[in-house]
Amino acid sequence: MDLSALDPVKLALSLIIAATPLLFAALGELITEKSGVLNLGVEGMMIVGAIGGFATGLNTGSLALGVAAAAAAGMALAALFALMTQYLMSNQVATGLALTLFGLGVAALAGQDYAGKTLDVGGKLDIPGLTDLPVIGPLLFGHDALVYLSLLMAVAVWRFLTRSRAGLVLRAVGENHDAAHAIGYPVRLVRVGAILFGGAMAGIGGAYLALVQTPLWVEGMTAGRGWIALAIVVFAAWRPWRALLGAYLFGGVTIVQLNLQALGVAIQSQYLSMAPYLVTIIVLAIISADRARARLDAPACLGRPFHAAS
Amino acid sequence: MRGAEGKTALFEARGLRKAFPGVVANDDVSFSVGRGEIHALLGENGAGKSTLVKMIYGVQRPDEGEMLLEGRPFAPRRPGEARAAGIGMVFQHFSLFEALTVAENVSLGMNDAPPARALERRIREVSAAYGLPLEPGRHVGQLSVGERQRIEIVRALLQSPKLLIMDEPTSVLTPQEAETMFGTLRKLAAEGVSILYISHKLEEIRALCDGATILRGGKVTGRCDPRAETARGLAEMMIGRALAAPAVADWKPGAPKLSVEKLSVPGAPPFGVALKDLSFTLRAGDILGVAGVAGNGQDELVAVMSGETRAPSGAIRIGAQPIGHLGPDQRRARGLLVAPEERLGHAAAPDMSLVENAILTGRRRAGLAKQGFLRFGAARRFAEGVVSRYGVKTAGLDHAARSLSGGNLQKYVVGREIEQKPEVFVVAQPTWGVDAGAAEVIRGAIRDLAKNGAAVMVISQDLDELMELSTLLSVIAGGRLSFPIPTREVTVEQIGLLMGGGSAAEPVEIGLLHA
Repeated sequence: MDLSALDPVKLALSLIIAATPLLFAALGELITEKSGVLNLGVEGMMIVGAIGGFATGLNTGSLALGVAAAAAAGMALAALFALMTQYLMSNQVATGLALTLFGLGVAALAGQDYAGKTLDVGGKLDIPGLTDLPVIGPLLFGHDALVYLSLLMAVAVWRFLTRSRAGLVLRAVGENHDAAHAIGYPVRLVRVGAILFGGAMAGIGGAYLALVQTPLWVEGMTAGRGWIALAIVVFAAWRPWRALLGAYLFGGVTIVQLNLQALGVAIQSQYLSMAPYLVTIIVLAIISADRARARLDAPACLGRPFHAAS
Repeated sequence: MRGAEGKTALFEARGLRKAFPGVVANDDVSFSVGRGEIHALLGENGAGKSTLVKMIYGVQRPDEGEMLLEGRPFAPRRPGEARAAGIGMVFQHFSLFEALTVAENVSLGMNDAPPARALERRIREVSAAYGLPLEPGRHVGQLSVGERQRIEIVRALLQSPKLLIMDEPTSVLTPQEAETMFGTLRKLAAEGVSILYISHKLEEIRALCDGATILRGGKVTGRCDPRAETARGLAEMMIGRALAAPAVADWKPGAPKLSVEKLSVPGAPPFGVALKDLSFTLRAGDILGVAGVAGNGQDELVAVMSGETRAPSGAIRIGAQPIGHLGPDQRRARGLLVAPEERLGHAAAPDMSLVENAILTGRRRAGLAKQGFLRFGAARRFAEGVVSRYGVKTAGLDHAARSLSGGNLQKYVVGREIEQKPEVFVVAQPTWGVDAGAAEVIRGAIRDLAKNGAAVMVISQDLDELMELSTLLSVIAGGRLSFPIPTREVTVEQIGLLMGGGSAAEPVEIGLLHA
């Protein structure tokens, strides 16, 4: 094994690229769950965002339009989820799982003509002088716009939840929907808004995969990242800063795994591919073991349906 | 009464009607509240008090009738509109968010909340002015029930209400905490705030209120000055018939049935209460009433008695047999039956029929299963017996438990356990939400059970009920159970002190009293 083949700067860059889609999806789901809704359809919304973004990007050549289309596609799927769970009162877990399967199917169908195509919509930041600096140049100033957007969103979500009135109402709805209703807050409306935001963010996360990371369309290319995003939200104890940490941690596991494979470490590659998911399960088990903490952090109404009868 | 003293009413309701599918909650309800008046809205559970209040606060809208506030039409469509018009509300089941801080909770209940810093200052000001100490930065989950109610009151006061609605405010307070709250209310009334005070506790209404409107079955059945009435007279207006004096308990305790020795259980995180060093003995014929403010270990006590929480085997014994390590089913087989407080989802499976629910706990003792197969015929007969004996109103035995009203399901789950002839019976809130007639049936059945040689433990927040029903009384506070003393030797003041946590000297004093 030749460790000198590992370039720390390249490793860090690939870490950021692996973490960004996870961060988008996790932040979206974090807001959804804070409002008391458990949407297990993140994987489905991501893949729909991926194909929506890729197709638009390929046809228009614009990164911005691609991202916007991805957000819209994710939101459309989320709107379906919101209609089912908030108005038709279907079970959130079952609906979320169905949403994932449905999203994977729809994306595969819509992506038939795009399979194997590649595109280059660019979008990388390039500031003469700054980007050319050794080490910090590429690390700080050499990314595409979405990386900066994802970090900005982490800050925005944190500010929203802790500092804004709307964020307080959102948390209140997730904590005790009956009380929120009694005081006069529109529980359903808040939740629908949170679900749509979650969909848009998952869609953008998917678009990052198809437009920037690979950039090509392959059926099922999200490969379980939606599930990892869900795990990150629990890992983060529903806190934006820890979601950021979690996304980079889980992204890091993926990168290490890929690099070890590239280095030809004498382990069967399947074991390495398993690693991120195995780590996810272990981390979740460790976090859930402390029941006291788990109950304090989790929104008390998470996954519970709200009937506005009384 | 309106206008009789020549002053205009602050709030007036005229002919309010509200119907829900299958039930008319309010029918032609009219009453008025004067400026600075403390007006009682009196009625049993299910008399329509809560619906009426929800209409005033804009949670629900009346089908017919109108409301006037300061002589002008008043029809709030949302709680926010009612608040803006000067209505403040303190809810019976608190509308609080445990994971949020006191200040955040207050802010959520205000229409135009000031920024955090200024709000914290105003909370401190108001709580100091009205003797309601509160720390704005603490999380509600860590606070006692009394402190939580203060949050609701402060939240309402911060918006300078003209009419403050209090929905059964003392049901969760100790007598001393209640007295403090009365002081606050009297002060408010003296400042010109009108108060609509909802309760079915007659003594406190007589002590506090200037006027009263009595509701029964959704209709106004009387208006009076409660200060000029006796508690008995008010009760008869409320219930609509004369009250029979309870039979004096003929109490001759027999052999020990249940002994609990040095039982300690850690509390479930994050807000659970630890049970500390419980020791007591119940003899045949004993009815031990456990009084206490909610959240002082009652849930944990029920769980450890039923076997949902396990204990060291010797800590709980039936007769001489250690059972602390056994689970609920094995305890049932040995004669210890428990009827928990939460009816749907704990005492009964909501989506299963009454027959199936009978099998769930009666399988062993009522012989509803044989060699692993269910005996539906026997189960149906058993369920029928419970329904007829306890007057359960149901559309049929095959209907889901969920379809029964709260009071009817309560009768069913309590009756189901009593009909299994337990040796030891533990019941939480036996008559909660049950109408007066049915409550008497349930209490009678509990008395008969004890008379026939069972030991009974009744955990309740209704002190009046415990004083009437139990032979021994003890108080649970902070996870500790006071030494049981004969009920006839206890005063309400003593109980009140113990409920508030009491002083360390208290058990000694009561021990002396007992000796």
